[in-house]
Parts: sequence; C-alpha cells; structure tokens
Amino acid sequence: MKKYDQEEDLLSLSGIQHFAFCERQWALIHVENQWVDNVRTVEGKILHQRADDPYFTEVRGDVKTIRSVPLVSKTLGLYGVADVIELHKLPKSKTNHSYSIVEYKRGKPKPDDRDEVQLCAQAICLEEMLDIQLEYGYLYYGETKRRHKVQFDDFLRGRVKELADKMHQNFARGITPLPVKDKRCKNCSMAGICVPDLAKGNKKAEKYLTGLFDEMANE
Amino acid sequence: MRKMLNVLYVTNPEAYLVKDGENLVVRIQDQEAFRTPIHYLEGIVTFGYMGASPALLGMCVEKGVTVSFLTASGKHQATVHGSPKGNVLLRRKQYRLADSDHDSAQIASMFIIGKLANCRTVLRRFISDYGEKVDAAQVVNVSKILARNVLRVNKEIHLDEVRGIEGESAREYFSVLNHLIVAQKEYFYIQGRNRRPPLDNFNALLSFLYSLLLHEARAALETVGLDPYVGFLHRDRPGRVGLALDLMEEFRPYMADRLALSLINRRQVTGDGFIKKESGGVVMKDTARKAVIEAWQKRKREEITHPFLNKKIPAGLLPYAQALLLARHLRGDLDRYPPFVWK
Repeated sequence: MKKYDQEEDLLSLSGIQHFAFCERQWALIHVENQWVDNVRTVEGKILHQRADDPYFTEVRGDVKTIRSVPLVSKTLGLYGVADVIELHKLPKSKTNHSYSIVEYKRGKPKPDDRDEVQLCAQAICLEEMLDIQLEYGYLYYGETKRRHKVQFDDFLRGRVKELADKMHQNFARGITPLPVKDKRCKNCSMAGICVPDLAKGNKKAEKYLTGLFDEMANE
Repeated sequence: MRKMLNVLYVTNPEAYLVKDGENLVVRIQDQEAFRTPIHYLEGIVTFGYMGASPALLGMCVEKGVTVSFLTASGKHQATVHGSPKGNVLLRRKQYRLADSDHDSAQIASMFIIGKLANCRTVLRRFISDYGEKVDAAQVVNVSKILARNVLRVNKEIHLDEVRGIEGESAREYFSVLNHLIVAQKEYFYIQGRNRRPPLDNFNALLSFLYSLLLHEARAALETVGLDPYVGFLHRDRPGRVGLALDLMEEFRPYMADRLALSLINRRQVTGDGFIKKESGGVVMKDTARKAVIEAWQKRKREEITHPFLNKKIPAGLLPYAQALLLARHLRGDLDRYPPFVWK
C-alpha cells in the first residue's frame, strides 16, 4: 500500500468532503485557493467556533470530551482536525478508554455520503495514530440537533481510500476538472467562481466570436 | 455570479478612515461623518490626503476589501490588499503565455476586438439618437472603419499589428468624438487623446473615469487570482499594471467614454468644474469629481445582459465577469477569451 511519508505530501482532510461532493469544487478550493463564503459557510463557521477550542476539555461522568484534535494519516496522506473526540471510560479500567469521533455539521443529513466519508477519514487517522480500531462514529447536525451513528464498514473505508488517492493524483497534476452543471450547483458556494454555465456545449467562445465577426462583415 | 458590493469613494480632503468594531468610520475634523459595516464594502478608494488608520487597513486586508490611495487628480499611489488569491499554477500559466509573442497576440487581439466593437457601438448609438439632427456622415464612416478593423484582427496576427490597428482605430474614433458632444461645445472640445497632462476638459474628464475603471479592473483580476502586472497587450514595465490595462480596453467605450459624453450632454458636469493651469494642463475641481463619482456609482448599478454568459448582471460586475472568463480561458476551460461586446 502506498504511504504518504513526507509532510508536504499531505492534503487537507476537510477537502475530502468537497471532493466527494464535486471534484471541481475541491480543485477550486484546494488547488486554486479560491473560496467564497455564503450564508451556509458562515453559519458553519459560527457553529464550529464553539467546537474549535483546543484548550477545552470537559468531563461528564465517565465521558471526557476533547476538541480540535489534530489528526494525520500516512496511508490516506491527509491531515486535519477532528471537532470532537469523546473518551469513554471502559468499565473496570482506570486507564483504558473507548473513543468516538463526532463531527459537527450545520444543516441536515446530505443525500450523498460526503459527511460519512469525512468522518471515516478522521477515524482512519485516529486509528493509525493510536493504533486502535473504531467501529463507528457520529455526525451531529445543527438543524436537526441529532446525532447519527456512522458505521466504518469496509465499503466506506474503501471509498475513503479511493477518494484520497484520486485527490492526490489530481493535486499532483494540478487538474481542475471542467464544470458539470447539475442540481448540485444550486447549493454550491463556489458556483459564482466556477461558472457552471460554461459546461454547456453552446457556450463556446469561438461561436460567440463568429457571430460578432458576421455582424461586422454586414456593416 | 458574485454579489456586487459597494466601493466607497472618499473625496473629502479632511477625511480620515478608522475602524470601530466591524465598522468603517469616516471622520472629518474629528467628527464622525459616515459609518458602514465593513461587510457591505468590497473596495475603498480615497483621493488621499489624510489616509486611514492601521487598524482599519488590517480589517480591510482580513475581509478582502481593497483600499486604494489615489492623488487628488486620480493618479494611483498605493493599494493595500491581503495575500494574493488563487493558484500559483494559474499565474504561472499567465506568465508562460505572456512570454510567448504568439499566445500574447491571440489574447491581446480579443481585448482590442472588444474595444473596437464597443467604440463602434458608442458611435452607432449616437447615430440612432441624433443622426437626423446633425450631420453624421463622418461618424457613420468611422463606425464602418471600426467594423472593418475588427475583422482585420481576426486571423493569425502579430502583436505589433494588433497595436497598429488599435492606434489607427483610436485616432479615427477620437477624431469624431467632438460630433458626439451636443451641449456645452464651447467648454468641451477635444483634439485627440492626451493625458500627461490632459490638455482640455474632455480629456481631464476621461482620464479621471479611466482611473476609476483601472481600479476596478485591477481588483477584479486580483479577485480571480491573476497577476494584474503581467499583461499581453501592454508589456511589462515596472509599476505598470499591464493586465489591468489590457482588461480595461474593452470597457473604456462602454463604461467611461459614453458616461463622459452623457455627463456633458446632460450638463451634469459643466465648464466651471475644470481649471486650466498655467502650463496648459487641465485639472478637475472637487465639485466636478463628486458629480462624476455619483454618476459612476449609479451606472455601476444598472443591469445589463452579459453577452456571453447571457445573464443579467449589474454593470459594475462586468470587469469581474470578464476577469473570470479570462482566468477560465488561460486555464484551458474555455476555447477563446470572449470579450465583452456591448450591443
């Protein structure tokens, strides 16, 4: 299995959710460093401000909550930060814990698997770092105020690995895929920069210019 | 398309800009004269005397608000903006293309095609509005020359030829602009284009409008991650924003020339708004500058259908839309750069 041993080979873990959603969106954000806030992303930031406090730990009963935990995985070649990790004290043990990862999301569960993929990538990082196994984690949605349990099964793990490898391929070649206009664009904060309309076949500039020249020739 | 935010123009020589929380505050003689939340703004242009506090500049950099300092006459002095946006790979592509005369000519010719076509529209609009009242034969003639010159740019062309056609067309165009001035003819009369310094009222007015436009072109390029200094038509010269000047070409007729004409023809600026200095150079008075900026802001809010994207956008977003299309072309998403052509 390929390992990403060099620190500079690492890509941002949070990008995997963008990549799973749309490869072009990921490239615009992570390859081209373009980023546009919209209402959703600003709300997301505010939600995260509460979760993002590396000095915060909280103990409630047998559960210790730690926030903003730095993560890295050499098999995925990703690094990032987990919002929240909960350490559950194991019965009859003073030192051993079981871990669960919780990722905070604004809004509600998505029709696709981008949030599950991001959570699972975090889990794989934590597994590598602590040499443990995680069976599941949680996604918490701001709109529904509910936790959803996510099983880290082989299928999801395979998908994460596949996405991460493709991200590295595209990054290495500096590829920004062409736009694909579809219903995803409606909720995309990057639509203004992406200009998905250019995906349409009839938007060829050559044709536009030919129309202009014809007009000039008719004068 | 992105949302058009406001550009704040500060013309009062006593104005000093400070930060208060998330707000920009304009103070005049230590009194608060104006206040706005910073997130309503995308740019600040000061015709600078007093300047701005470091705290305000820091907030502007953080929020992506570009602050430009111009002299009273509109000459650019300095711009404060945050880290460059966008991809270094895109900028490298821009530099590679700019290094090639052949590629540069291909892109430069698109800016000029846009410029000539839009100059022609300025003339044609005049002909349809006034053609019956005045002798427009010369104007019609130049309009035809411009159409022919657009076609001359349409082939494998060298940069020098592009520049030649552009220069020749500009001379023809400016030779008939006097016909398009139908009011205050005694105060506004031009003999060609001059700018260092402007030698008549009309040229002074144009120079000022072009400096407003240049600021917008530059900000638009920076927003999409292009380097405003490295142009295709305008070659590198220290301190010159070559690509911003390139991008500006296609907008001059639509955003500046016709605005200058309507300001004169509607008597929104008058002869007493200008002073002729002993050297022969003409400078604009504060009152005239204020009137121009007001009209400029109003025009930016007018909606126009973008000819290539086929979408209604405020005219103020045109430089951004074109900068975006240019970036798309340089990156290879788009076969050619489609210039903005006003119909």
